Amino acid sequence: MTYKMMDGNLAAVEAMKMAKVQVVSAYPITPQSNIAEKLSDLVASGELKAEYIRVESEHSALSVATTAQLAGVRAATATASNGLALMHEVLGMTSGNRVPIVMPVVNRGVAAPWTLWCEHGDAMAERDMGWMQFYCENVQEVFDLILMAYKAAEDKDVLTPAMVCLDGFFLSHSMQKIVVPKQELVDNFIGGYKSQNTYLDTEDPMFICDLTGSEEYTEMKYQQKVAMDNAIGVIEQVQREFEERFGRKYSIVEGYRTEDADVVLVALGSMCGTGKHVVNKLREKGKKVGLAKVTVFRPFPAEKIREILSGTRCIGVFDRSAGIGGQGGPVWSEVCAAMKDISCDIRNYTGGLGGRDVSPDNIEKIFDELLEISQGKRKNHTAWIDLKENAMDIRQVIKNV
Amino acid sequence: MTVMQKQQEKHTPKPQKFRVYGPVATVYGSSNTGSWRILCPKVDYEACIKCGTCARSCPANIIDIIKEQSECVVIDFDYCKGCGICANECPVKCISMVVERG
Repeated sequence: MTYKMMDGNLAAVEAMKMAKVQVVSAYPITPQSNIAEKLSDLVASGELKAEYIRVESEHSALSVATTAQLAGVRAATATASNGLALMHEVLGMTSGNRVPIVMPVVNRGVAAPWTLWCEHGDAMAERDMGWMQFYCENVQEVFDLILMAYKAAEDKDVLTPAMVCLDGFFLSHSMQKIVVPKQELVDNFIGGYKSQNTYLDTEDPMFICDLTGSEEYTEMKYQQKVAMDNAIGVIEQVQREFEERFGRKYSIVEGYRTEDADVVLVALGSMCGTGKHVVNKLREKGKKVGLAKVTVFRPFPAEKIREILSGTRCIGVFDRSAGIGGQGGPVWSEVCAAMKDISCDIRNYTGGLGGRDVSPDNIEKIFDELLEISQGKRKNHTAWIDLKENAMDIRQVIKNV
Repeated sequence: MTVMQKQQEKHTPKPQKFRVYGPVATVYGSSNTGSWRILCPKVDYEACIKCGTCARSCPANIIDIIKEQSECVVIDFDYCKGCGICANECPVKCISMVVERG
């Protein structure tokens, strides 16, 4: 075991390197670019024994990675934002053909407006494409969750690809001290790649992705649903095994000081670190607040959410994606559905879009609102928590009329 | 012939049934691409010079030239889609495309 200084992108590369990926096909996009660059460095220097296939787009990047993995190796790719949007169609190919790829997604808003910066809108738009989704709080989690994702994705009862989502810049470009285990420990944990179920082998040929009529399509989607259902238990088992081997404890949903909390904020990603800091600060002032960190968003851990939130009457859900046209953000919708039989007040908060910092002040403001609501002192909440007052007048331009 | 076609004709020594998840097949149900054919290649064997250009240019690789045979151009009509490339490429124009159904 050694400590290393790494940003989120390098931690992702380190994890993929230690998983011994043999084919890399990544197309650079901010803020993921260092992943593509570093992987190419490692292949060029021979430190990573892999084939680096240069592709002309993210659509090809995932097509190559998916089919390479079908040929019997772990394949690596990574993307962000509009790159993930361009992969959209291939995401369904990967999951529907049951290819257990693990792909870091460096969260960045999808244009327009053009943004390079963090929000979860890119990954949330792909939440129904049959991929598992893990969200990281810090750089150590990027490394750890990627390793766990390999083990869960490749489980015979799951065989489903996984996105490991890390917040653009807040994690991808933030240097942190992390524990990097010995290669041998990683080998013992995830083992070598073994083709299962679907594979491309000239000695034993099979035809993958044939035209499937209405008499079988429903059942194949149901198989994917069952795999997702299985994934909850498998991920929990993988997390237990990870803790035994590496000493760090993970949960599909982490309840932070939620046991006796009057109000709880549900969140995911790097804002959870800030959230925990604010919880501690408010606890010192005698305010009973807690945070529920959703580590696994797909499959959605409804039962665990109920277990953590069932004693809480007033709950806030922070969505770092706009969920335009919905009644609230996607995380809020899921939490509402999970809690439908439990009497509680669930408020939707949207913020941290396009790189706007989710500041301790804003999280404190949310907790204060929730506390006032729970005490009956307040009815409405500020759904767009970090919105500027002049939202409708944000730009004025000169026009030649 | 493609690997898939060969697989259908020559099974592995110990074929066993396995459950698979997803859209997978080892027998390709729509393999008889010959059923797509509207025009059919017809060879004038008097004119044929047995050069093999048709066999080399066939995109499905289903033409064999058997020189000892009088009807030396052997086409596998299970897989001939009637694309007409052989007729087009033939240097002595001894292949014509005739209407099979329409």
